Amino acid sequence: MTYEAVIGLEVHVQLKTRSKMFTRAQAGYGFPENTLTDPVVLALPGTLPVMNKEALDKIIRAGLLLGCDIAPVCKWDRKNYFYPDSPKNYQISQYDQPICRGGEVEIELPGSARNIMGEHRRIALTRIHLEEDVGKLNHGEGESLIDFNRAGTPLMEIVSEPVMHGADEAFAYLTALKAVMIYGAISDCDMEKGQLRCDANISIRPAGAAALGTKVELKNLNSFSFVRDGIAHEIARQTAVVSAGGKVVQETRDYDGQTGESKSLRSKEMAHDYRYFPDPDLMPVEVGAEWKAAVRATCPELPFDRQRRLIEQYGVPYTITSVLVPDRELGDFFEEAARLSGKPQAAANWIANDLLRELGAAKLALAQSKVRPQHVAGLVKLVEDGVILSNAAKEVFVDMFQTGETPESVVARKGLKAETNLDELERWCAESIAANPRSVADYKGGKESALNAFKGPVMRAAKGKADPRRVDEMLRRLLAG
Amino acid sequence: MSEELNYSTISELSGRLHRREISSVELMQAVIARTREVDGRVRAFNSFDEPDALAQARASDERRAAGKAGPLEGIPVGLKDVISVAGQPLTASSRMLENFVSPYDATVTCRLKAAGALCWGRLNLDEFAMGSSTENSAFGTTSNPWDLARVPGGSSGGSAAAVAAGEAVAALGSDTGGSIRQPAALCGVVGLKPSYGRVSRYGLIAFASSLDQIGPFARSVEDAASVLGVIAGHDPRDSTSVRQDVPDYARGIAELAKSGRRWKIGIPKEYFGEGLDPEVGAAVQAAIAEYRKLGCEIREVSLPHTKYAVGAYYIIATAECSSNLARYDGVRYGHRSKDARDALDIYFKSRAEGFGAEVKRRIILGTYVLSSGYYDAYYLRAQKVRTLIRRDFLDAYREVDAIVTPTAPTPAFLKGEKAASPLAMYLNDIYTIGVNLAGLPGISVPCGFTKAGLPIGLQVIGQPFRETELLAVARAYEERSDWRTRRPGL
Repeated sequence: MTYEAVIGLEVHVQLKTRSKMFTRAQAGYGFPENTLTDPVVLALPGTLPVMNKEALDKIIRAGLLLGCDIAPVCKWDRKNYFYPDSPKNYQISQYDQPICRGGEVEIELPGSARNIMGEHRRIALTRIHLEEDVGKLNHGEGESLIDFNRAGTPLMEIVSEPVMHGADEAFAYLTALKAVMIYGAISDCDMEKGQLRCDANISIRPAGAAALGTKVELKNLNSFSFVRDGIAHEIARQTAVVSAGGKVVQETRDYDGQTGESKSLRSKEMAHDYRYFPDPDLMPVEVGAEWKAAVRATCPELPFDRQRRLIEQYGVPYTITSVLVPDRELGDFFEEAARLSGKPQAAANWIANDLLRELGAAKLALAQSKVRPQHVAGLVKLVEDGVILSNAAKEVFVDMFQTGETPESVVARKGLKAETNLDELERWCAESIAANPRSVADYKGGKESALNAFKGPVMRAAKGKADPRRVDEMLRRLLAG
Repeated sequence: MSEELNYSTISELSGRLHRREISSVELMQAVIARTREVDGRVRAFNSFDEPDALAQARASDERRAAGKAGPLEGIPVGLKDVISVAGQPLTASSRMLENFVSPYDATVTCRLKAAGALCWGRLNLDEFAMGSSTENSAFGTTSNPWDLARVPGGSSGGSAAAVAAGEAVAALGSDTGGSIRQPAALCGVVGLKPSYGRVSRYGLIAFASSLDQIGPFARSVEDAASVLGVIAGHDPRDSTSVRQDVPDYARGIAELAKSGRRWKIGIPKEYFGEGLDPEVGAAVQAAIAEYRKLGCEIREVSLPHTKYAVGAYYIIATAECSSNLARYDGVRYGHRSKDARDALDIYFKSRAEGFGAEVKRRIILGTYVLSSGYYDAYYLRAQKVRTLIRRDFLDAYREVDAIVTPTAPTPAFLKGEKAASPLAMYLNDIYTIGVNLAGLPGISVPCGFTKAGLPIGLQVIGQPFRETELLAVARAYEERSDWRTRRPGL
């Protein structure tokens, strides 16, 4: 029998806000332990939470971008459980009235080849709610220390419907979700910094069956690849269990991306009773039409919409758009360079190839790049106008990347201007033809490729500054004459 | 001179300080001397910091000399040991916080300091404000200054006793189900619980967040009004505090008094039934007769859901407390068991050792009512009852301006008398709990003494955020009585 996997993802995304969810303490990553705290974060006696409006704005923006219904009232509940990383021993969360319901994430499955767009699908969402993050336990020899820097950071939980069927689909979902979060300036979604965390609910059922099988929750999926590998592993594990006549047990499993193995964390019987109840310290907040409209005005174009537009409007190939689009700033960079140069395809090539290569080699972010859109546009124009040749242009780009100088000044400094003295070019071509009578005979005998034999000496004489197109034309003219 | 100072009102003392007849330091010294003299017997304080108090007094004298006197300049105000003062212990009368020193000021503390008041001592209470007698304190029971064998009431028993014994000019307490009004009644002082949301709870150790409210103990209605005027108002640190201007209570009361308004007073029949001590009942009836003599219209009103109040209260309050007290886990601060070997041990043993019996009882009860499968039957239903109770009051206020009842069914009881029966103890709050459930302001003013010389309190219940009227009604009675001139024979 063949089996079909059913997958739902619960993704936690930290919101990029200046302060924490319920206090003015700074939110951030990479600070010395327990420096991003205050009496509220540490749950000192008598402290009270106060809602961060920026966080609510951001989750509403996320909801609007994903087409969710935004609740008219933002209500808070307490989720009660004891754990040392949770300072109050309850988490302020949203239980029965999440701020966002429904919505969907447009995803792209892998295409048949790298340069072919894959199938697009829409993955339905159940809900998105807002809560606060917990601190971090650092386990040492015989002791565990707690760092509360992360505690209280605004955290969004995005729950998908169980509508995905493969590890690749889950991977595509995360990729698309991350792009939307980055576009909305909602989160940077850096998994290494814990800004995005993913749990997967996985079950299998006989292919074609309607009822869902027993689900297993997979936790600690620390990277997009681990999510893909962990899901693939779990589908295989469940299939093996069922094929051998066994039954899948409802449980939570821990996936170790390093070893590729999973182990049971807890069974259904040990599930918590969180004793949810409305948080009496926080008044429900009304989210009126005006508020929603104000947030809607800040919503950017969605990544896939932009990709379709770049292909249509600029004629940029799919492969290059799939490089330019996921990073919103890179897309903006491209559109600016395209506008300034009037040659979008050339600009796209410079950015997708040369700029990204140099940034990667120098380990720099786009914001740190000395090459700006006007540099790219200037370079495109120089090549287009035949002022420099493409070989020289490559050299100019690397130089600009190092120095930040304009392409014009690099060309002038390095003397890279293309040779445009036609008399000189004609003389070099004539010399080259005269020096190689055998190839002349071949060419005249109809062997087109014989023409190449004349080009080397011309280029050498021109020290690389000759335009190959002109050389080609000149040689043909002289040979025909 | 000393006892005279100790039993003066804020308004009297402010006048004398203003006229430079006394200095803040002299007043503070008198309060310290009185506290040293009587607190061995009363035990109103968990601790007090004399050098700090005197330093505050000196700073106050300097402010006055510089012409920068605040509205409570130089007045020593005691604080219940659940209200945070930076650098001072904050114990909630619990072993759990026995050695805890708070690093920050509660909003009310900031406001008292800004008004020039001197924060004086840490006043005893029932552990985490859970109780009606102060017997649940981990550090010893406070005695009623009128009869040291009896309780001062609770949970703010230390605050009430300190004012009654002349150990503070005024004090702050917190009231979740009567914890200001009931001890005020039992100790013969004025105790005011403001409308829910009138005073910031930031820096108040939470018992039941939706019911807790800070309020003053004082020697007169006027004094209570001046303290309220200082501590009330919206606080961005407490989202349950209400954005409403704070009126000038003293002026408002004076204007209402001058207008000669004849109040319509409601008497709820449900508050005069079984369990009401005859002497208390008689004193309250005598007070009602005074209102009649003032030309007030006395009307019987009905609060039909009163009988469900205690039940609803003990579900809502315990549910909230089970969650609020989860933070006391021995991990970051507070008591940690020396026997703890791992994380679970830290929780179980620290909490087993750190909390007293009543606190544990309420945490267990609250955990139960919130549990999966019971939530709807208990917590949700209790919230519905709460809505009905509030509606009862609002219906009554369509006909009357204020409601008058006994504050507590009995005068101060003997220590140990009710300690064995939690339920008997809970019933002592039967007349005060509804006010918290409905979020209303309420005040207890002295209205007589039993033959045995124990104070009796009259409760006046007002309309939401109409403290001025409430205080004016209470003041109208107070003016016609001289109960506050009596002093306990300590």
